[in-house]
Amino acid sequence: MKIHEYQARELLEAYGVPVPPGKVARSAEEAASIAKEIGLPVVIKAQVLVGGRGKAGGVKPAHSLEEAREVAGKILKLTIKDIPVEAVLVAKAVDIRKEYYLSVTVDRSNKKAVCIVSASGGVDIEELAVKEPEKILKCYIDPLLGPNEKALRKTLSSAFPKGLLDQAVEALLNLYHLLVDKDCSLVEINPYAQIGESSLIAADAKINFDDNGLPKHAEVEALRTAEEYSREEIEAKEAGLSFVSLEGDIGCIVNGAGLAMATMDLIKLFGGQPANFLDVGGSSSPQKVLTALQILTRNRNLKAILINIFGGITRCDDIAKGILIARDQIDLPVPLVIRLIGTNEKEGRALLEQAGLEAASEMTEAVKKVLEQAKAGV
Amino acid sequence: MGILIDESTKVLVQGITGRDGSFHTASMLEYGTKVVGGVTPGKGGQEVHGLPVFDSVAEGVEKTGADCSVIFVPARFATAALREAADGGIGLVICITEGIPVLEMLGNYHYIRKKGIRLIGPNCPGLISPGKSKVGIMPGHIHKPGGIGVISRSGTLTYEVVYNLTMKDLGQSTCIGIGGDPVIGSGYIDLLEIFEKDPDTSGVVIIGEIGGEDEEQAAEYIKSSISKPVVAFISGRTAPPGKRMGHAGAIISGGRGTAEAKVKAFEQAGVPVADRPDKIPELMKEKLGS
Repeated sequence: MKIHEYQARELLEAYGVPVPPGKVARSAEEAASIAKEIGLPVVIKAQVLVGGRGKAGGVKPAHSLEEAREVAGKILKLTIKDIPVEAVLVAKAVDIRKEYYLSVTVDRSNKKAVCIVSASGGVDIEELAVKEPEKILKCYIDPLLGPNEKALRKTLSSAFPKGLLDQAVEALLNLYHLLVDKDCSLVEINPYAQIGESSLIAADAKINFDDNGLPKHAEVEALRTAEEYSREEIEAKEAGLSFVSLEGDIGCIVNGAGLAMATMDLIKLFGGQPANFLDVGGSSSPQKVLTALQILTRNRNLKAILINIFGGITRCDDIAKGILIARDQIDLPVPLVIRLIGTNEKEGRALLEQAGLEAASEMTEAVKKVLEQAKAGV
Repeated sequence: MGILIDESTKVLVQGITGRDGSFHTASMLEYGTKVVGGVTPGKGGQEVHGLPVFDSVAEGVEKTGADCSVIFVPARFATAALREAADGGIGLVICITEGIPVLEMLGNYHYIRKKGIRLIGPNCPGLISPGKSKVGIMPGHIHKPGGIGVISRSGTLTYEVVYNLTMKDLGQSTCIGIGGDPVIGSGYIDLLEIFEKDPDTSGVVIIGEIGGEDEEQAAEYIKSSISKPVVAFISGRTAPPGKRMGHAGAIISGGRGTAEAKVKAFEQAGVPVADRPDKIPELMKEKLGS
């Protein structure tokens, strides 16, 4: 799960990492009154979860209250990568002397938390990692022993001058504690800015959370914004389905994430385009199939639907029941191709046959068939 | 022979009194797995499917001589269950549970490794040595004893591939679902190493997917250290970047973890990559020279 910069700043502050004074505003008027409260000049930043907001005109300075009102009004009318801007952060503009980079995340390969540090902050760190990897320093934290302050200090001393080192060490330790306490997948300050002679401040902040950790943290779940997922994705999640919208026109309902991806890939291989990723999960109830079909059929681009089930925990008869219920309740606007195999396959097929439906047993055969039917329908 | 489990493996089921634990215990027993008991704290003394339930893993091990445990407990109890298994004298732990926070798994991983215990999973279907023992949730009947080892990050896609292997008369020595999470107990390399030494395994199928760099590292390892034929399949060629595709670990982030990079890494290591699941048996037969 992702959160907005203004929310991330609040968490950093709560963990003792200094941030420039600032508040979130949802109207031009509110932005001007915040600017008055914190003092000019300010910088006004669009609060959207997508990257590249600066290039899209979503980050602008303001030197007067009038300008703050005007700039905020303009940004609040923007749509950045299809996302309408609904809030702006109004933050005190700071005179940055130098930009550093600081983050803590999980290294899948080493199976440890990793601190990433650079004296060349303010740029896209992934780009920097490719172009100038020598400018990126890393320090791993043993999950059983916790952070080794000495080792962190040593890593940081290669990036930060002596006068700033204590602050950087403290900040990095705080980032790690935040990561662990809240089950974050990333805590990042970029730029971590030097202000004046001797202070460091988080001029921007990004925090992502591990979705598996959310059940432990109601306070984090409360920060969720509707923006990250489409209405369909949220509805699917509530029904226990895993769903991602894609650009194509062949709807897919599959059990298991790997098989769902392989089904999409096979559709593409035979010249089609999948409309979505959808995993109905294990122990699928008929209700899940119904909800899945309801979500899929809202897509106006849809030309055909493929249900691909390899029963393990999922029982083919449950899937068949779901299909039959859905047929009674919704008017399927496009052809439906079914592939059933595995647990209770015989029972599932019998149910479908009684209703005049047939099911393929091979995945390749089913994919070819759904593409033919999609074509025939055009 | 196969690897890790066989007909003599004695299995304890952690969470045996739960809905999933109980259901799959019955299915494992039916397959012929030597399940010797279960563990649910506070429910010691009960029986499930005629098997004794113990309060702790240590007690279960002491009374039954179990050497393997399979975990079905809900995610919020999984870390405690994993550590208990590691402390209780179990040598092989299989964690089926999905949804364990990755930061908890970092600690669990190192805790378990330090004790020299092997962990499979979490968020996996378990493993099976066809005709001998099944410790997990896969449908047993699609498997067939034989010489192909299977290592996969997926569940149902593994069934699809195994089904195709079986249909083409390529039986399996052991099939292992290593799990769809970003941090898992055993990876491709750990298991390739064991398959390489297993006299009954003649070739290995790797089923990978987008996210992380385990496939790339496995490709390197195969090039340097594996003499047996290996064939791969990668799912997620059509997955968009930045979106989690069901599995917690299946996400392309920062341009890394793409299917393209994984396919390329395998091909460069001389490992043919099937473009569809039903082509895997053919590629394996070519590699085996039969």
